[in-house]
Amino acid sequence: MTAMLMAIFKRDLALAIRQRAELLQPMMFFVLVISLFPLGVGPGPETLQKIGPGVIWVAAILSSLLGMERLFRDDFQDGTLEQLMLSGAPMPLVCVVKVLVHWLVSIFPLILLSPLLGVFLNLNLAMYWALLATLLVGTPLLSLVGAVAVGLTVGLQKGGVLLALLLLPVFVPLLIFATAAVDAASLQLPYTAHLGLIGAMLLLAFALAPVAIAYALKVSQS
Amino acid sequence: MALLSGQNLACVKQDRILFENINFSIDSSELLYVRGQNGAGKTSLLRILVGLADPAEGTIEYKQQNIQQANELYCQDLVYFGHKLGLSLNLNAIENLRFWCQLNQVTTSESELYELLANLGLVGLEDVMVSQLSAGQQRRVALARLWLKASAKLWILDEPFTALDVQGIALLRNKMIQHLSEGGAIIITSHQTLDVDYPTSELVLEYRI
Repeated sequence: MTAMLMAIFKRDLALAIRQRAELLQPMMFFVLVISLFPLGVGPGPETLQKIGPGVIWVAAILSSLLGMERLFRDDFQDGTLEQLMLSGAPMPLVCVVKVLVHWLVSIFPLILLSPLLGVFLNLNLAMYWALLATLLVGTPLLSLVGAVAVGLTVGLQKGGVLLALLLLPVFVPLLIFATAAVDAASLQLPYTAHLGLIGAMLLLAFALAPVAIAYALKVSQS
Repeated sequence: MALLSGQNLACVKQDRILFENINFSIDSSELLYVRGQNGAGKTSLLRILVGLADPAEGTIEYKQQNIQQANELYCQDLVYFGHKLGLSLNLNAIENLRFWCQLNQVTTSESELYELLANLGLVGLEDVMVSQLSAGQQRRVALARLWLKASAKLWILDEPFTALDVQGIALLRNKMIQHLSEGGAIIITSHQTLDVDYPTSELVLEYRI
């Protein structure tokens, strides 16, 4: 079974590398949105520092939504998903592997870019570490919860907007806790409580989402 | 003792009853030919049989066990060939087949894959992206699964002859007869006449309004 999951991991990675152009789009969007803010609101260091964490998080959520559809779309359309389901592989685990690859190729690069964007928005070091911690704990949650909605909408022709409408309200708590953590860090206050709450949400999603994704995909088949 | 049997199957799509009260059973070495007009529900029936969709009514049993309960065993013994080929367009033929083999725990070597593709008339196309192949060639790659999974006891084939040329059809017919004579069972739909030199039982689906 491990061999099976490894095979899926390698295949998804190989496919992602061949579709580089598609992967770059959300990343470009992320960088562009954030670099437009200093131009739009003016280069006042205090203003930028104040809105910085929120801007980065909103941009991260929106750009992850842009790339989210890729997760199951091609596999659904070409029938790979059918063959996966009929291979006897445990679908929840298969979904975890697919979400992991998706996170690695389309969201992890955003985290790597975040130091640069922190400089754009005049974040200090304490704020940057807090931002990095919230991104590392929070973005897997985005992927896991997002995958459930992708699974549900994969059979629809124009699922893109519906996906955003379904997901944005769900991501509100994450956004609040994440930006609150960075705000706390800017005031030199501890932010472990916020981080703990996001971590708790992540663990809950990790326990429930794989089963939900597998079920959503099954529903989309019929 | 039947290999696969369905009792009282019904399928409803968009408030329209596609079929109801379908009963059938198929044993090893048997060929079941599902016939019907466009829209009669052949594909829907096959998707229900493999477990991709749930029937509105009725049960399907594999070796006297419900296919949901015996899912692992059923998946091991089954090859399903549907309308969607299950090939990634951005991978080449070898990569696609290798992935499918790993998924289905079929052990095979690289040279066996090359040899098989050569037998299927795809010499020199092993490293070409599937998206660059013609429709018939793509189907040949997908059909290679029938050769790869020798342990499969039941094939469920949805329009396997579509887009194949004369040689391709002959190749597939011979493979089907070989599978049947080795004790395998086949459920097939086709708009072409089946023309297989083998006793065939038929299941006819009427188009209902």
